[in-house]
Amino acid sequence: MTMLRESQIMKIHYITAVAALFVVAIHILMRIAFMPYGMSLEYGNVIANYQSIPYIILLESILVLVSIHGFNGLRVILLELRQSKKWEDGVTILSIAAMIALIAYGTRTIIIANGLGVG
Amino acid sequence: MTEQLIGKIETVEKKHEKEKHQKEKEYLRNSVSLKIYRANKHAGESPHYDRIEVPVQRWTTVLDALLYAKAYKDQSIGIRYSCRMASCGSCGMKINGIPRLACYTKVSELQGSEITVEPLANFPHIRDLVTDFSQFFAHHRNMEPYIQNEHPDVITGNNKLTEFMQSPEDVDKYLQFSYCIKCGLCYSACPTVATDTKFPGPQALSQAYRYFTDNRDTASNKRLNLVDDRHGIWRCHFAGSCSSVCPKGVDPALGIQLMRGHLLGFAKNEKKTAELKERLKKDD
Repeated sequence: MTMLRESQIMKIHYITAVAALFVVAIHILMRIAFMPYGMSLEYGNVIANYQSIPYIILLESILVLVSIHGFNGLRVILLELRQSKKWEDGVTILSIAAMIALIAYGTRTIIIANGLGVG
Repeated sequence: MTEQLIGKIETVEKKHEKEKHQKEKEYLRNSVSLKIYRANKHAGESPHYDRIEVPVQRWTTVLDALLYAKAYKDQSIGIRYSCRMASCGSCGMKINGIPRLACYTKVSELQGSEITVEPLANFPHIRDLVTDFSQFFAHHRNMEPYIQNEHPDVITGNNKLTEFMQSPEDVDKYLQFSYCIKCGLCYSACPTVATDTKFPGPQALSQAYRYFTDNRDTASNKRLNLVDDRHGIWRCHFAGSCSSVCPKGVDPALGIQLMRGHLLGFAKNEKKTAELKERLKKDD
């Protein structure tokens, strides 16, 4: 159950951490720069965000980067709890599945909000 | 005449008595209470602490105090020791909660009149202050801690065997890691070892780096693969407690971080650069 070496996984872990910090910083700056912070969560403004392709790309990259980093972090923590092949493989498979599920659900939300998914 | 003599003798006797009392007082003043962890599963003895009063001098080490207690107060105390000079690494134990070598810790440097001595954490317990080092040594052995070189013979242009030249800079890269005496203090202080028994621990990982960075060794990739595991070098939390307890000044945390750098490709060509520099020097 080893498609990637641990060093490759950790390289991805570190890169996603730095990249996530960068995109989240841009996201926060955009929230503050374009309108008062309180207005950014109003229904119309939220839907408007999903109409802009660059902003959609930004949100999707936050979703992907944070999911990869977060679920790998969770896998690393859980690996230390028990030391058996079953547990290690189980934790790895479950965290990958949960990561894919979360990315899929988030992407679905973005697509629906963009109006592409609605008839 | 006789009365005078008796009087003199009495005075001398009183003086002696006074001196004796004085010495006893000094003895009591210069003593510490050892709180020793005692447990013997095989004899059905449950864990408890024994308090033993031991006389100390300025130069008394914790091991000296324990050996005094063993010789004159309780011969059943289980301790492992050998060289008494911080070379063999046998007398590692928790002294006032911190892993230290008993022969390298003076009583005078510890605060308070009571010293608590316990077996090292993260090691299976055998008896009293003695722990089982089997797993620790197994991790060390797994790192293949010896020079591996397919072509150990260095042959010059004249077809003559010559010695392998190593510059002081090359030696500096691994020297501090070669001071390790395998006392297990770093292993005992490591928070990852406490939860993950498959984690090789700071000692084994720093030894992997010691041989990895040695330019006589040619098994670099093999060594990287050995530590690049689910329970390998990446599980280090970088708490740094291993480096702070080492009695020989080794910095295992540094070795681990440097090796991680090699695994991530930050310092990939360091060895090759060193070899090229050496070759250039020879050519000049």
